[in-house]
Amino acid sequence: MTQHIVTANLLGKGQVVYLTWDGGWSEQVAESFIGSGEEENSWLLGIATRAAEARIVVDPYLIEVTERNGAAWPVQHRERIRATGPTVAYAPPEPRGTLRRVA
Amino acid sequence: MLVKNGLIVEDNWVAVADDAAIPDDRPAIVPLDRWRRERAAFEDRNAPLGVRLASDDTLDDIADVLHGIDLIALEFPAFTDGRSYSTARLLRERHGYTGELRAVGQILRDQVQFMARCGFDSFELPDDAGAEDWAAGQSDIAVFYQPAADARPAAAALRQR
Amino acid sequence: MYRYDSYDTQLVAERVSQFRGQVARRLDGSLSEDEFRPLRLLNGLYLQLHAYMLRVAIPYGTLSSDQMRMLAHIARRYDKGYGHFTTRQNIQFNWTKLEDAPDILMDLAKVEMHAIQTSGNTIRNTTADPFAGVAADEIEDPRITCEIIRQWSTLHPEFSFLPRKFKIAVTGARQDRAAVKVHDIGLAMRRNETGDVGYEVMVGGGQGRTPMIAKTIRDFLPKEHLLSYLEAILRVYNLAGRRDNKYKARIKILVHETGVASFRDQVEAEWLALRGTGPDLDPAEVARIAAFFEPPAYEPVDPTGYRAMLFEDRAFADWVKANVAPHKQTGYAIASISLKPEGEAPGDATADQMDAVARLADRFSLGEIRVTHEQNLVLPHLRESDLYELWQGLRAHGLATANIGLIGDIIACPGLDYCGLATTRSIPVAQRISRLFANLDRQHDIGELRLKISGCINACGHHHVGHIGILGVDRKGEEYYQITLGGRADEDAAIGKIIGPAFASEDVVDAVETIVHTYLGLRRDGERFVDTYERVGRPPFKEALYDAR
Repeated sequence: MTQHIVTANLLGKGQVVYLTWDGGWSEQVAESFIGSGEEENSWLLGIATRAAEARIVVDPYLIEVTERNGAAWPVQHRERIRATGPTVAYAPPEPRGTLRRVA
Repeated sequence: MLVKNGLIVEDNWVAVADDAAIPDDRPAIVPLDRWRRERAAFEDRNAPLGVRLASDDTLDDIADVLHGIDLIALEFPAFTDGRSYSTARLLRERHGYTGELRAVGQILRDQVQFMARCGFDSFELPDDAGAEDWAAGQSDIAVFYQPAADARPAAAALRQR
Repeated sequence: MYRYDSYDTQLVAERVSQFRGQVARRLDGSLSEDEFRPLRLLNGLYLQLHAYMLRVAIPYGTLSSDQMRMLAHIARRYDKGYGHFTTRQNIQFNWTKLEDAPDILMDLAKVEMHAIQTSGNTIRNTTADPFAGVAADEIEDPRITCEIIRQWSTLHPEFSFLPRKFKIAVTGARQDRAAVKVHDIGLAMRRNETGDVGYEVMVGGGQGRTPMIAKTIRDFLPKEHLLSYLEAILRVYNLAGRRDNKYKARIKILVHETGVASFRDQVEAEWLALRGTGPDLDPAEVARIAAFFEPPAYEPVDPTGYRAMLFEDRAFADWVKANVAPHKQTGYAIASISLKPEGEAPGDATADQMDAVARLADRFSLGEIRVTHEQNLVLPHLRESDLYELWQGLRAHGLATANIGLIGDIIACPGLDYCGLATTRSIPVAQRISRLFANLDRQHDIGELRLKISGCINACGHHHVGHIGILGVDRKGEEYYQITLGGRADEDAAIGKIIGPAFASEDVVDAVETIVHTYLGLRRDGERFVDTYERVGRPPFKEALYDAR
């Protein structure tokens, strides 16, 4: 049976978040609650939809995951990048190594 | 609920479905197709007559007989469908239509000003809409770069005064 | 450059206020996301892969140093300290917050900037030649036209809900540095037999899923009829453009399906009814706008000294060779600032770099900067005698890479690292190619080679018009890259042709190396890559790439 989690973005601040076991939202995909099967997935999406209506998050949806060390890890390349951030360093570095931020 | 001239008003018009009887003692709006089919019957009509156009209807058939039509309702099947803005302007500016021009269908409060500038004077609101806010929507922006169907002067004209 | 009067200022201020109200209604629940989305997009605010992305308009790519400083401030205060310059001369901030957006717009309004219609099914930023006003081959500064179009198209009540987005570009010179032929409407300034200035009007160009070159529907449109003619085109499109299928909704599809002749007839018929009653501007208003684009009072310049430095400093000479273009005024020059340093994300600039460019613009370029659709910056009013000092100032901030128009000057969309629409990543491919060809001598030997990368079929990296184009495609979850050759964005615009099956991510950079190697082996004297390709066609490249396998 395929496993899914729910992801969304925080409405006001925009960060990528994942639905956790207690109905909260975490930026860490490893903290997401993994659902198996259609019934569970519907239930999770229902919780997320209510959170969207309550203006906590926007555009929640289900993504397929596998388990990695007991925690969720997205199957889709796009969702992996969404979970970990851009795969490239942000911004060109200034000479003399002044400004360089990494994901 | 209806917003007209910036106010919330009662709607006296009846929207008549394709197969229903058309009341002859009340203002009634009929779909364009039905109007085309039953045109002759309307010639003796005393009560005001309205025609409702879908967003892909053209003005070819009614352009010449606009004086006989008291209200034209232009549909917005989705708020992303902008065809009726052009149709409204053509009615006002090309064909000189002076009757009531009503926006119906899926419309947003923040589109009301655009619609008013294209020549609409009434707006049929969704049932749960906050009408006061809708009425206020017509005056969000007071500067217009381009002339439209309304009388408001464009910035270019104001600059040259 | 154009300066706001009280009307311009008022409109932008009211717009900020309106948006503030819309955000408040979204946050308090009066507006659903479905209702808010089109409104948010009308102010350039996207929900992207990681966060809200704000696209700020840089009208026809012209910026003042004050405006650049404000962009730096926004990058620092509301984002992660950097911004991305796009292929439409705009700037994107990748990490903004919805709740900050009204304040960001308020800050932008302080310097006469906004994010109006940088998204949505509206008329977008009208782009122009980045050398406008200073190019030697110009008929007229196209930015006057662009400013006229900008105002006419802003909050146009009839054209805010088009079938799809709408992009207009204007060139004022015969050499097209604005890629007008791949825009929904392309305007090329022309002179008629009596010497009057007008426009050749081209319609239906575009990239994306179905790339097409624009078709001319009018050889010469007198200047005074510009807006009524545009209104006619937009009205025909608004009424007849497809609304059943997002991928067939651009005007290029309408022109293609209707046929150019029939489409032209419809436009001309509509225009006939419109002209005289429409939005055409009073000559006095045109003159008012044109006055903002009068050439500056260039001071006479002593040309000595500068040339000597070319012999003394090899690195400076390389930079001049690639990055400096002739100016219409003797003793002056145009310099491009490359935002493609070796191994970095193309088009990105840090807040500190933006501030540095602003300072250098104040010092050397009369406070004016341009943004190009190839994701670089330009300083348009330089004295030749200042070039050496400018170059040193650029070098101190990593802004002096001498690769303009060369293979290191890669154009790439943000791709799957940032963009919610992307299917593959584009920046890592750009970085690897950039590192492979880092050697400047090699780049100069290869010569002009415009390499463009798109991370999905929407083609925001303009790969269709790259001499070498790379399109990322997803194959069962793996990143593959399809190569096209022979695309051109200039007056001889052409859509690149696919060379063969796509390459796996680990092979695509080698493929580019093979293509370059093949070109170098075949070229004749003075031929650029694109000239050799035109002469020999695909076969030698296909052979080199695929026959060995």
